[in-house]
Amino acid sequence: MKAAVIVFPGSNCDRDCAVAIERSTGARVEMVWHGDSDLPDGLDLIVLPGGFSYGDYLRCGAMAALSPVMAPVKAAAERGVAVVGICNGFQVLCEAHMLPGALLRNAGLKYVCKPVALDIVNGQTRFTAAYQGRREAVMTVGNGEGNFFADDATLDRLEGEGQVVFRYQDNPNGSARAIAGIVNPAGNVLGLMPHPDRAFEPDLGSADGALLFQSVLASA
Amino acid sequence: MKATVQIFLKPGVLDVQGKAVEASLHGLGWPGVREVRVGRTITFDLDGADKAAAEAEVKAMCDKLLANNVIETYRVEVE
Repeated sequence: MKAAVIVFPGSNCDRDCAVAIERSTGARVEMVWHGDSDLPDGLDLIVLPGGFSYGDYLRCGAMAALSPVMAPVKAAAERGVAVVGICNGFQVLCEAHMLPGALLRNAGLKYVCKPVALDIVNGQTRFTAAYQGRREAVMTVGNGEGNFFADDATLDRLEGEGQVVFRYQDNPNGSARAIAGIVNPAGNVLGLMPHPDRAFEPDLGSADGALLFQSVLASA
Repeated sequence: MKATVQIFLKPGVLDVQGKAVEASLHGLGWPGVREVRVGRTITFDLDGADKAAAEAEVKAMCDKLLANNVIETYRVEVE
């Protein structure tokens, strides 16, 4: 498997993502600068990492969504390449209209950083197949603007079409319907606020994140 | 020309900053304050002389970058 991690100015989980993917799957990982207008050939996975791209100026992910690299990322997604946006990466995917909805300031106004238990709502996706029917995963969240919002019609559609992939058992940030992660209708673009890249081996408190990357590997 | 763009969360979208400011104002002795909304104002100078054309351009900037139509509304003034 071949993967790319996109590096925006202000990304701070880009190395974490690269290490997590390498150790979970053995994949070769290339780091791609946000100003590049080409991606490496033959990618099976593109990850938009967590962090504070462009200092979270204006809105989280707003500027990153318009950076040059996003044109080939969108094109790759349309070809069916797996794309995962983690935390700030999820915000970027929403701002780029690759996923519906938006991430608002946390309902409790506080930055929340802790392990969270997630229900795996859809275990049939390219990102959850390796959980093999498990209903629960533990990963860490670290966000101040992780409060998922979409209008009711959109939320109903997400639920009805199986696009809700992860749901918080104990909603840490006020997210609509406790949604922690969603996929696009084609099922190849995933955005989630919890960090699989901070939960890929037992020494980190949980190895459940590794299964997410291994799911992509199995589908590659 | 000078452009002023005001951006607010849409009605119905929870404005947690507004709620916190409202609670503080209540605590400071203004119990009659309600529906506080915190927005942002963006101002800039813009080349050109046609006001209608400038307004259309600024609206395009809002739709492209300055506002997120999923959660926000905006108001544009050009003078």
